[in-house]
Amino acid sequence: MGKGTLEADKTLGILLSLLFYKMLGFLRHPLVVTADINLNVVALTGVGLLSRLWRLTYPRAVVFDEVYYGQYISFYMKRIFFLDDSGPPFGHMLLALGGYLGGFDGNFLWNRIGAEYSSNVPVWSLRLLPALAGAFLVPMAYQIVLELNFSHCAAMGAALLVLIENALITQSRLILLESVLIFFNLLSVLSYLKFSNLQKHSPFSPSWWFWLMLTGVACSCAVGIKYMGVFTYLLVLSIAAVHAWHLIGDQTLSNVCVFCHLLARTVALLIIPILTYLLFFYVHLILLYRSGPHDQIMSSAFQASLEGGLARITRGQPLEVAYGSQVTLRSVFGKPMPCWLHSHQNTYPMIYENGRGSSHQQQVTCYPFKDVNNWWIVKDPGRHQLVVGNPPRPIRHGDIVQLVHGMTTRLLNTHDVAAPLSPHSQEVSCYIDYNISMPAQNLWRLEIVNRESDTDVWKTIMSEVRFVHVNTSAILKLSGAHLPDWGFRQLEVVGEKLSRGFHESMVWNVEEHRYGKSQEQKERELELHSPTQVDISRNLSFMARFSELQWRMLTLRTDDSEHKYSSTPLEWVTLDTNIAYWLHPRTSAQIHLLGNITIWASASLAMVTYALLFFWYLLRRRRSIRDLPEDCWLRWVLAGALCCGGWAVNYLPFFMMEKTLFLYHYLPALTFQIILLPVVLQHVNDHLCRSQLQRSVFSALVVAWYSSACHVFNTLRPLTYGDTPLSPSELRALRWRDSWDILIRK
Amino acid sequence: MLCDTSRLLPAGAATTLPAQPRSRGSALRCRRRELHFPGHPALPFCDFLAAQLARPSFPPGRRVILRRGRMPPVMGGSLAGSERRARRGRCGPQAARAVGPDVAAEDAARSPKRLVQGSRRFKAAGGWALLAVVTLLSFATRFHRLDEPPHICWDETHFGKMGSYYINRTFFFDVHPPLGKMLIGLAGYLSGYDGTFLFQKPGDKYEHHSYMGMRGFCAFLGSWLIPFAYLTVLEVSKSLPAALLTAALLTFDTGCLTLSQYILLDPILMFFIMAAMLSMVKYNSCTDRPFSASWWFWLSLTGISLAGALGVKFVGLFIILQVGLNTISDLWHLFGDLSLSLVTMGKHLIARILCLIVLPLALYMAIFAVHFIVLNKSGPGDGFFSSAFQARLSGNNLHNASIPEHLAYGSVITVKNLRMASGYLHSHRHLYPEGIGARQQQVTTYLHKDYNNLWIVKKHNTNSDPLDPSLPVEFVRHGDIIRLEHKETSRNLHSHYHEAPLTRKHYQVTGYGINGTGDSNDFWRIEVVNRKFGNRIKVLRSRIRLIHLVTGCVLGSSGKVLPKWGWEQLEVTCTPYLKETLNSIWNVEDHFNPKLPNISLDVLKPSFPEILLESHMVMLRGNNGLKPKDNDFTSKPWHWPINYQGLRFSGINDTDFRVYLLGNPVVWWLNLLSIALYLLTGSFTAVALQRGVHLPAEVEGLSQVLLRGGGQALLGWVLHYFPFFLMGRILYFHHYFPAMLFSSMLTGILWDTLLRLCAWRLAPSSLARGIHVGGILSLLLGTAYSFYLFHPLAYGMVGPLAQNPLSPMAGLRWLESWDF
Repeated sequence: MGKGTLEADKTLGILLSLLFYKMLGFLRHPLVVTADINLNVVALTGVGLLSRLWRLTYPRAVVFDEVYYGQYISFYMKRIFFLDDSGPPFGHMLLALGGYLGGFDGNFLWNRIGAEYSSNVPVWSLRLLPALAGAFLVPMAYQIVLELNFSHCAAMGAALLVLIENALITQSRLILLESVLIFFNLLSVLSYLKFSNLQKHSPFSPSWWFWLMLTGVACSCAVGIKYMGVFTYLLVLSIAAVHAWHLIGDQTLSNVCVFCHLLARTVALLIIPILTYLLFFYVHLILLYRSGPHDQIMSSAFQASLEGGLARITRGQPLEVAYGSQVTLRSVFGKPMPCWLHSHQNTYPMIYENGRGSSHQQQVTCYPFKDVNNWWIVKDPGRHQLVVGNPPRPIRHGDIVQLVHGMTTRLLNTHDVAAPLSPHSQEVSCYIDYNISMPAQNLWRLEIVNRESDTDVWKTIMSEVRFVHVNTSAILKLSGAHLPDWGFRQLEVVGEKLSRGFHESMVWNVEEHRYGKSQEQKERELELHSPTQVDISRNLSFMARFSELQWRMLTLRTDDSEHKYSSTPLEWVTLDTNIAYWLHPRTSAQIHLLGNITIWASASLAMVTYALLFFWYLLRRRRSIRDLPEDCWLRWVLAGALCCGGWAVNYLPFFMMEKTLFLYHYLPALTFQIILLPVVLQHVNDHLCRSQLQRSVFSALVVAWYSSACHVFNTLRPLTYGDTPLSPSELRALRWRDSWDILIRK
Repeated sequence: MLCDTSRLLPAGAATTLPAQPRSRGSALRCRRRELHFPGHPALPFCDFLAAQLARPSFPPGRRVILRRGRMPPVMGGSLAGSERRARRGRCGPQAARAVGPDVAAEDAARSPKRLVQGSRRFKAAGGWALLAVVTLLSFATRFHRLDEPPHICWDETHFGKMGSYYINRTFFFDVHPPLGKMLIGLAGYLSGYDGTFLFQKPGDKYEHHSYMGMRGFCAFLGSWLIPFAYLTVLEVSKSLPAALLTAALLTFDTGCLTLSQYILLDPILMFFIMAAMLSMVKYNSCTDRPFSASWWFWLSLTGISLAGALGVKFVGLFIILQVGLNTISDLWHLFGDLSLSLVTMGKHLIARILCLIVLPLALYMAIFAVHFIVLNKSGPGDGFFSSAFQARLSGNNLHNASIPEHLAYGSVITVKNLRMASGYLHSHRHLYPEGIGARQQQVTTYLHKDYNNLWIVKKHNTNSDPLDPSLPVEFVRHGDIIRLEHKETSRNLHSHYHEAPLTRKHYQVTGYGINGTGDSNDFWRIEVVNRKFGNRIKVLRSRIRLIHLVTGCVLGSSGKVLPKWGWEQLEVTCTPYLKETLNSIWNVEDHFNPKLPNISLDVLKPSFPEILLESHMVMLRGNNGLKPKDNDFTSKPWHWPINYQGLRFSGINDTDFRVYLLGNPVVWWLNLLSIALYLLTGSFTAVALQRGVHLPAEVEGLSQVLLRGGGQALLGWVLHYFPFFLMGRILYFHHYFPAMLFSSMLTGILWDTLLRLCAWRLAPSSLARGIHVGGILSLLLGTAYSFYLFHPLAYGMVGPLAQNPLSPMAGLRWLESWDF
């Protein structure tokens, strides 16, 4: 231990003196800036920009999923809270940034694909960010192949292939997120490669730190755009883990040094991404402070933290629920829909459809709309009064209460009668004394679920409570079933045996609350109809809001919607499917998501070749036959791990998913495949072509193949940009596969 | 090659690490090798040399003390040594990895040979006796009060019923493969159960029906789990205390006990899983004598057990995965061994393919063959299967039936959806309720045979009776416009622009019209998939689509269950998405037309591979169909390892005889702790090895046991636990038990290793031995005592519930979520 500190001290000393030396250096030597400009990169960026930005505002109409992302941009512009389960908010925010820069006011009704944009929509700046991201893919592909230590020629090949991939162009030129996702995927891979190449000769240098940090940030940006980004992040993490494992085995490094390396990687690849991810949500919640159409999905506490909506109603409510309080009780679980504990004069039918009997007492349900019948009064069982005393007597965890229905003054009751739709649970009713041998059982013990101590006070909005029936230890629960017509299709509320375990559908919270003042029924009814008053403020911490929002986003279940252009993952590899994005309202000009089929086919072929060669080499190496020199083998493995791995992690998970899938989901995987293509070609050229003649023939073949890819690009170009109307016969000629759906006007 | 360490290091690291450190004596290097290549012929000499060289200067007395000090497990160490000897004759086992030097020293110290042999024999006998005790205890606990309660508990209602189906030979459908139920049926049959008990619902009394045979069979298989686990741990760790600890954890776990005592699939499944695991590690120990008889024996036994595990439940796939991974790494090592020729390599490969792929597959198919041969009568499972499949079942109306081959106008038909388990097109005299599309007659699909499944094919434009003998027979052809009239209610199959009840993007399908007179929305174009226009439509074999003429949509079944008003039948819609999916393809099944000649259906009988494939598709869909509802309590995978909540097997109230499936909390929480501790020590050791830290030989041996033996158990736990997080189907607590077996093995190995390490640290002091023995003993006694506390959970309890202070279980309700 002592030795370690000594070593660290020594290193620190050397570092300091180095720093000092460097600082003074400029006094002795002139300050010189030398810049290496790789004209290849500049040129590639140029053509990339040209291909993606050309006539960007055309068509000036809503194209395909712009209709979906556009509404969120409008929400951002108007600062209205929304909930979208398709992905974290960073992607939406980036799109909204375009709108912000273009001065969009959010006033556009995103309701129909093909609708003309009104003049207040800054189409160019909205589409700019995805297009820029798409354009930068071209130089990045170049850089990645270069950093994998393959030749400039291969690198140029990768860039040029990305350049002429029709599907990537189409997807980049619209207000969509795939190109941005791919951009960050590639950025994280690229910066990790830069970092690991620097590792050998200059660890802990500023550029080493820069690329390491950038890896982490790019990963979390990718995750922040779509959850699919997680898989690329995991890929980078696992490659980093393998490298770190080798580092641990490197016995030329001291323990301290290894520890520093591991620490730096942990910070940059685990902690920074988490913080960045939280930052996205922080900004998201700061930006969206107004209540909006999705409020209802969130808990009362969350809603109260937004401006307008519930906050306006609940502003100024008393915080602590006391005996005599008038409250509405909302089910915390909120599934199948958010609702409030409710009762009304109607009773349970004497006999149900299936012949079972009921108690024929007043119905208790859960009602998804605000209503005066949602009001309940919390009563002390020992006293008669229904008003709050002076001073108010707050209710604590474990207290016994009765709940009086405000409009009918009946007490909430449950008993050993089977519930209408869930016969294994008890019926909950408001008790009517029919003078038969069925006594009232209306005592409930209040349990605060999220209490900090056992003496906690029941608080409005904040406290999540459950009601345990004193006689039968049943718990008031929302069963989620819809009652039949006699129950007005409201939701069933039952008493569930405590023993079944904890479930969120048993938890309720007070949403609206006021201290009751009138003992007389008539006055009280008036009081119930009037809005609540008084004023106090309450805040929810960021972490609470974040975790709730994240949880709701992950668990929100939208109906599995079928779509005309939905497809299965198997159809993607062979490009058996396309998506019609837009059709000109008058001419036959149209935009399709359609890939460059030469590139798709050869990229898949290259990957199969890679896999076969890899296993062949691997088996032969195991028998100590070294076909490739060591460094060549290592870079071949790394290229495969990144590109094949990138393809696999971005493609295979879709087989497990149950949501509606589209062709564009394949584009991130495809990009990795395309990058592998020139790598394989170079390998074949360098290692498998034995003679000069073979090499020349191979090169000629590659040139011919690339020209055919260019030809395909050019042929499909009208469908990519949608700028040229084609005649029906021309369109028919483009329908190379029967499964492609190209729109032909009759 | 002799002292090569590459086998013990990760494959990647083997090349980068420098060779063995030079500083160590040759003896130690030999010892190192011996730890990894234990069964080498040169072993005894090496041992001897090592012992001589390691401590050459100690006087005999000191040596004895030292040996004792270094060998904490008195019974364990010595017995482990004897185990080694006892088995060498058969299998050439890995010599005591963990205890190596001590045993060697011990051997060297004993000069009179006869004495050694005598004590060896004695110890071998001791080892067998211990195994016998473990087995006996296991059987005793499992068979104790097996007959109680004498009524149906929990899922016995399913599996007992299915056993009866086998006895009665009626066809049924279940989401699991048939082996488990077949065995239950066999056990029932052999024990004199006649298959007449109805197994209607949990709580029904068995009365005079003989149920003990089936329960006894399950308990019998369940009892073997413990000796299997004991032997497995003994094989990987070579340490008796570890094996004993594992056996104790499992014997005294109330959960395993409860699960083994009833007519369930789980004891059978776990039996095969553990058998596969045991034979796999046994076979691993035989690697030094490939192609010997014992090698073949254990290898094929692994294959047989795998087939058994998969034949009981699909969860068996996880153990197949584990054996597969083990085999791949095994082959990889062999392949890297340049002393083996490629031909030998090929033999190895073929042996594994034969025993681990071909043999299990053949057995698995044989299981299904028996299943299909035994169940040859029509039963409750018919509707789940295709028409062709049903033709096999006697008593089914398609069996030996002869029906007209081509569809003609006037035919009365039933139409079946091609999607598995989707049912027949059906209608009945009930209307869609208010607010759900138009208030017209419901059209659904229904899984069972019923008169309401009958439809009459009519021409779209005339209402004349096509069965009129004066008219010529007119066949329906591909592309014809037809009308389907429901035979019982005389309403036409109809669709219109109203949204379907559940799938909002589709159109509603109804029955409309009076006595066959409706409107143009009743017209459908009938198309045969992949056929030319004008072809006739064949019964059963033609795959047809019905396209609604006005809206252009396709008749399909969405597979969603309608609510109560629809009698929980499946929704039928007209989908505007014209993709060809099985949902929208139908075939004609029954066909009545007096004017047409009948042909025999025998030509249709499907071949065995077709039946096999179809039944798997149906099972898969059945499994996917088991989805939990939102507001229901469901068991979540994270509940399981913490023993969060049990399952009620029998009884609810104070007066009932209550059995509650819950793990022994002491055992389970110890397991949980052990996993965390293992990850910690395991990664610590792995990093230390990767950093090239020189460990003393004893510690190195122990760390190998920890990393390899423990690693195998951990892998088993991971493979049997984590996939459940990805499953969408409804999950139950008992799904965790296979994983729990592995985690108990891990616990046994871990604690034994840790205690040995502690003892080694304190080596010269007299405490060392005490620590190890005391530690193991206290763990054993602790689990035994906790079993004493919790045994009423498994053996049943009557009286007040645990929250009542008068209850025998009062004070034992450590978590609020337990309810007993």
